[in-house]
Parts: sequence; structure tokens; C-alpha cells
Amino acid sequence: MAEIWTAYLWPLIVMVAQSVLLLVVLLVAIAYILLADRKIWAAVQIRRGPNVVGPWGLFQSFADLLKFVLKEPVIPSSANKGIFVLAPLVSCVLALSAWAVIPVNLNWVIADINVGILYIFAISSLSIYGIIMAGWSSNSKYPFLSALRSAAQMVSYEVSIGFVLITVLLCVGSLNLSAIVAAQDTKFGILGWYWLPLFPMFVIFYVSALAETNRPPFDLVEAESELVAGFMVEYGSTPYLLFMLGEYVAICSMCALGTILFLGGWLSPIPFAPFTWVPGVIWFVLKALFLFFLFAMAKAIVPRYRYDQLMRLGWKVFLPISIAMVVIVAAVLQFAGLAPA
Amino acid sequence: MIFPALFFYLFAAVLIGSAVMVIASRNPVHSVLFLILAFVNASGLFVLLGAEFLAMILIVVYVGAVAVLFLFVIMMLDVDFAELREGFMEYLPFGLVIGGIFLAELIAVALGWAIGPTVSSAVTAPIPADVSNTEAIGLVLYTRYIHYFQLSGLVLLVAMIGAIVLTLRHKASVKRQSIAAQNARKKATAMAVRQVASGQGLRESDAAEWVK
Repeated sequence: MAEIWTAYLWPLIVMVAQSVLLLVVLLVAIAYILLADRKIWAAVQIRRGPNVVGPWGLFQSFADLLKFVLKEPVIPSSANKGIFVLAPLVSCVLALSAWAVIPVNLNWVIADINVGILYIFAISSLSIYGIIMAGWSSNSKYPFLSALRSAAQMVSYEVSIGFVLITVLLCVGSLNLSAIVAAQDTKFGILGWYWLPLFPMFVIFYVSALAETNRPPFDLVEAESELVAGFMVEYGSTPYLLFMLGEYVAICSMCALGTILFLGGWLSPIPFAPFTWVPGVIWFVLKALFLFFLFAMAKAIVPRYRYDQLMRLGWKVFLPISIAMVVIVAAVLQFAGLAPA
Repeated sequence: MIFPALFFYLFAAVLIGSAVMVIASRNPVHSVLFLILAFVNASGLFVLLGAEFLAMILIVVYVGAVAVLFLFVIMMLDVDFAELREGFMEYLPFGLVIGGIFLAELIAVALGWAIGPTVSSAVTAPIPADVSNTEAIGLVLYTRYIHYFQLSGLVLLVAMIGAIVLTLRHKASVKRQSIAAQNARKKATAMAVRQVASGQGLRESDAAEWVK
């Protein structure tokens, strides 16, 4: 009995406690990131943004949460009910499950698996199903068009994200996310991180992440002037909330991934005391928030792409550049003798 | 040892159940979704075997790309279910014959099954602790099986070229955007500033000069 306790039950309890802690922190952070997104957008347009609920509108997201949860969920009579209900759950759960492998500090990770980056790539390639299922099961025209658009868009930009990951992996020699951060731990601090040597890939990653998470200027999936609200037209109350939550969690995990791949994760930008005394998780959050600020600014100032321009950018611009970069990076690593053992 | 066995039976049961539902469900979209569930469970089995790289690649390639295109095509089809079921009895003999042949072949293969002499020793060989699963696959794939690897790449390339050749056509009637031509426009080539005398306006004869 004692053996079962030490071998299975206690690790299980620890894992559940860690997961719950991460989820609570993440969801509260998302509430304020959502508010920050609206505030930044408002500031660019010289508006005030949400400022009524709580001081400076700090409780706005929680008010929205209550409003959505207390509303009645409406399922259209011609909808395919099972899939209609499953779709928001799929998109929310998948987005949250990506966080299981993201290290926010040295050894602060729930599952430190060998193929962490492939896991995140797999999860982000699955997230398309929430949108397709919602679009199809709504049995309505706008959601269906939106689902078709999203299928093409997300598959296209996944290709370039894949090549970006490959160039980083070539430099690191490991698929483990903690190892990727550790490989950037040089005596040059901020100049030793991968954003500098792989700068073109950093830009491609940033733009592809916008497209992958359906953020403006690539939000053709929910382009309100053409498709009303896209795949979310028929959704309201809690199911809609789950879509919204899943979208923002996916954005945050893309920011975290960008931080790990290009901005040195939890490492201090200036590699000596007193900066190294700051806990790594603070550096991690600051870097991820910086990337999110870039996301929010792109939403505020860039007009929406047309569909053919989106496809052209993905297949005719990013794909050739990223394939060329894979070859160039591999050649440089090999012939300069920098390749990891 | 309880947990891995528990998860094995869970994944295996859901895998077989969803595989049955792929052919049993009436709605083709449901079939594809069950197929995806089957893929995900198969990758769970790979994880239990310690083949985590294969597990993730299975999800990325089959679920993330192939099944999306399946779903894409099936959602676009306007399937008439009544018509589908209409010919069921008519095609049943063919189906039974093909199924019977397939079953007979499977039984023949199962009866003639012999494990190669070197395989059994390879199964019991310990997995080296210093090499991760991904590295081990890379070490074999890019050295011993490099020709097969490149050949399969060529097969995919041929398929890709075939698809492009079949679908790519330029209609002269369709106006296309030329990004290079747009970007090449400069202030001098795109606009002209005129001082227009009051009450006179511009004359038609100037039009040729406007558009340089």
C-alpha cells in the first residue's frame, strides 16, 4: 500500500496541484491580458477603453465572464448538436493543454518531455479542429465559409512555423524546451539569444503566429465586415466565452513560445548581478508581455489582409525564405564547426 | 506497472471503438472525426511504447494536415444519405467478395508468419540511455536508410508537381494583381500635379499627358 502511495498517488497529487496552480495563474493573467489588449487598442485610437467596472476598468474581464456564464446557451435547431457543443470545448482544452510543457523558469515545468516543441506544434495543429467543427456543425453559411478559410489559413502558416522551429532546433540540437533556453545562456546576455542570429526567422515567426492564432491583421476567419463573426456567429454565452478564452490562451502560448525560442526564456538580458538576482519567471513574463504588446499593436495599426494576399504571403514569401534559411543555417553550422554535438 | 497497463487498455479500447465507428457512423463528417480520435489514441499507444517522436509526428502529419484536408473535402461534398444507402444491397456481393479475399490474405499472412532470426535479439536489446528516441531515429534514417528516405521525398515531390500541373491554369480573361508592378510605382509615374486656371478646367486633349 505504501508503495502505491509513493509510486503513484503522491506524484499524481503533486501533478494535479501544479496543474491547478498553473491554470489559475494563467487564467487570471489572461483576464488582465484581455483588458490590456482592449486598453492598448483604445489608446491607439485615442479612446479610453473599458474604464467603468472597478478602478481603471480593472474588473472588466470578470464582469464579462459573469455576463457570459449567466446567459442562456442557445443551440440552433438545425445544428449538429453534439459537435456544436464539443467545438468550443475542443478549442479551449487544446489551447490550455499546450501549457503543460512550457517552462516558465528553470525546472518550473509540469511535463519536461523530450519532444516538447513537437508537442506544442502538434497541439497548435490540432487547434484548427475547434474552428472547423464549429463552422460545420452550425449548419449556416457564414460559419461554414469561415471554417473553410481557417482550414486553408492555418495549414499554410503552420508550414512556415515548422521551418522556423527547424532552424532553432538546428542551432540547439534538442527538442526539449528547457534545453532550447539553456542553449541561449551565453556570456553575451541579450546579444546571445537567437533573435539576433536568426532575426529573419524571428520576424517570420511573429507574423506566422499572428496568422496561426487568427489575430488581426489575419483575422479573416472572423472578419466582421464579410462574415459577421465567422465560425462564432451561432454561439453565445458560455460556449462563446470558451472560444474567446481559447483564442487568448493560444495567443499567450505563442508569446511564451516566441520567448523560449528567440528571447532566451527565463534568462536575464544582462548576464551579471544584480540582474541575475531577479527571479527567472519575472524575466519570462516581461518578455512574453513584450511580445504580446507587439501583437496588440499589430491589431491596432495594421489593416486586415485580403484573402489572396494572405495566401501569397504564406506560400510565395515566407515558405521560400524559411526553406532557404534552413539550408543556410545548416550550412553555416556545419562548415563553421558550430553544430551542436 | 498498473498505470501503463491501464492506459494501454484505455487507448486500445477507444482506438478500436472509434475505428468501428469510422465505418459504422452514417454521417461522413462524424466518420472523419472518429478517424481523428483513432489517430490520437494510436499516438497515445506510441507514447506508451516510448516512441514519443513517432507519436508527435503522427499527430502533426496525419491529424494536423491529412485529416484536415479529408474533413475539408468531405464537408464540401453534398452527400445524399438516402441515395448512398439505396445501392447497399446491390453492391453487397462485391463487398463481401472483396472483404473475403482480404480476410483470406490476412489469415494466410498470419499463418505463414515467421520472425526473422536477428529480430528477436533486437527486441531484447536495451534502449541506449544516452540517446533520445528522436536522435536514435535520426541516426538510422539518415545513414542506413538515406536512399529510401530520399526516394520517398521524390515520390511526394512528384505528387506535388502532379497536383500543380493538373490545377494551375492562367486565364487571360482574369485580371491578376502584379505585386511587383504595384511596388514599382513611384510618385513620378503614378501622379501628376496640375495648376488649373480658375473657370477653365482641364481639357480632354490633356488626357494623354495625365497618364504617363
